[in-house]
Amino acid sequence: MIERLLSPVLLLACLVTLLLTCLLGSTPLPMERVVSALFGGGDAADRLVVWSIRLPRGLAAFLVGATLGISGAALQGLLRNPLAEPGVLGVSASASLVAVFSLYYGLVAFSPWVLPVAAIIGALVATALLTLAAIRTQSVVTLILIGVGLSSFAGALMSLMMNLAPNPFSLTEMINWMLGSVANRSFSEIGFVAPFMILGVAILLLTRRGLSALTLGEEAANGIGLNLRNQRIFTVLGAGLATGASVALAGAIGFVGIVAPHIIRPFVGHDPARSLFPSALLAGLILMVADIFVRILPSQTELKLGVVAALIGAPAFVWIAMQRRTGHD
Amino acid sequence: MTELRITDLTVEAGKSFLVREASLDLIPGELVVLLGPNGAGKTSLLRGALGLIAPTRGESSLDGSIIANLSPMQRARQIAYLPQIRPLAWPNRVRDVVALGRFSHGGTLGKLGDHDAEAVDRAIAACDLKHLQDRGTHTLSGGELARVHCARAFATEAPLLIADEPTAALDPRHQFRILDLIKAYVEDGGGALLVLHDIGLAARYASRLVWMKQGRIVADGPVATTLTAERLADVYGVAAQVEGTRIIMDGAL
Repeated sequence: MIERLLSPVLLLACLVTLLLTCLLGSTPLPMERVVSALFGGGDAADRLVVWSIRLPRGLAAFLVGATLGISGAALQGLLRNPLAEPGVLGVSASASLVAVFSLYYGLVAFSPWVLPVAAIIGALVATALLTLAAIRTQSVVTLILIGVGLSSFAGALMSLMMNLAPNPFSLTEMINWMLGSVANRSFSEIGFVAPFMILGVAILLLTRRGLSALTLGEEAANGIGLNLRNQRIFTVLGAGLATGASVALAGAIGFVGIVAPHIIRPFVGHDPARSLFPSALLAGLILMVADIFVRILPSQTELKLGVVAALIGAPAFVWIAMQRRTGHD
Repeated sequence: MTELRITDLTVEAGKSFLVREASLDLIPGELVVLLGPNGAGKTSLLRGALGLIAPTRGESSLDGSIIANLSPMQRARQIAYLPQIRPLAWPNRVRDVVALGRFSHGGTLGKLGDHDAEAVDRAIAACDLKHLQDRGTHTLSGGELARVHCARAFATEAPLLIADEPTAALDPRHQFRILDLIKAYVEDGGGALLVLHDIGLAARYASRLVWMKQGRIVADGPVATTLTAERLADVYGVAAQVEGTRIIMDGAL
């Protein structure tokens, strides 16, 4: 019963929160002005605030959260490990490294598609490496350590670029990418990453049934009819596309992909396949709420969304890790 | 009638032979037990036959079609397989784990079709799991878990079953219960190929014993003719006395 209501309730909560995003901010707008601006009425300033600033920002927060949430849930299913997540496994860091590289060398000037494609390449390389490692080792700890290694290496290369950055402007730009934010995103920026997000999410949803089979371990999953190689390829491709696109839009935002599936799992009978869609909605919701919090917090400099996400998510990660019994490995 | 035919199967790992030119048939109505000491190549033979590892030479076929050419789904509908190591990654509900047996028929957890749900119900009833079906698998005892895995294999309703040590780490009563379940499956028209380490249990239930030593099949036949003190000495290196299907072990040779 709860499971049937889960997705509709979350969807409703997401829509309400998206509306709240338009209402709240440094200058709160009353409901009737927001509603009339949304439907093309009201004065020009209201329309600008709603359509060019708040709505795209809220939508960006939702899309980034949703893609990270579904990627996290899918990687957890594939690797059979609740601590797998694009941020922890170094996928986001690799994506932002390649993205920053393309910014640094001005490659983005050629086409607006360069940035999302660069981030996706970074994400795919990292996910492919992790899957290769996952085939060789059964140990969850080893895999997380490889992720930590990837993350550190991407971080080191990023620091190297910052070290050699020619001017303060590019330094600020890079820091924005590392911290993660959805401030000042426009519908056109969303438009350039959305196709990749949709494709990645579609691949993950279409191949999710195999994630249930993997509950039994790889050998038995193959025994009941799962094509392991194809499952790995599709999950890695889907998660790589979705994570890469989200990094192209907002930089590296960690831990959302761990927290949301962890909350969802008990409601769907711990079935990885059924956790995908609700995890996407919940992660989108979490990131929208966090972004509203970031905007209305009366601080001198606006907090970065990625910083807030890590402040909430990292302790949750530690807590989930501590819940695990050694018998699980 | 579904027939599994393994012909001259050889499996190598690096330079060492895991299985050497093994040939074996399995048809419905038979309960065949594969016996042999640790490292004799029993698991490798099963895995090679199923195409989970690539054989160096030889082949295995199902009704004349080479198994390596079948898709995992096609193979899984014909042969249910219980591997030796049976980890469960998540604390799923018992019913969901059993329902995974319907994977090759397109069954999706959480929204099983009527036909799939009926097969799951039958498997759950056969393995006496009705009262446990909504429990999380992490709350079950070893004996109960073994029944869940059996029910998962039965839910496929495949004509053949291959199980690698289905009674490992179970107490005697639970070992009997699992083999009673498999025997009932065979009496209903299934064919089973099992690996067992308890020779007495194998002798009691098997219609045929297949003996393996150092990667080779050294004997294949009914219990009455293949179970002898000499064979136990040769294959297992133990001194034993055999009276019918009873075995008294005296020690290592």
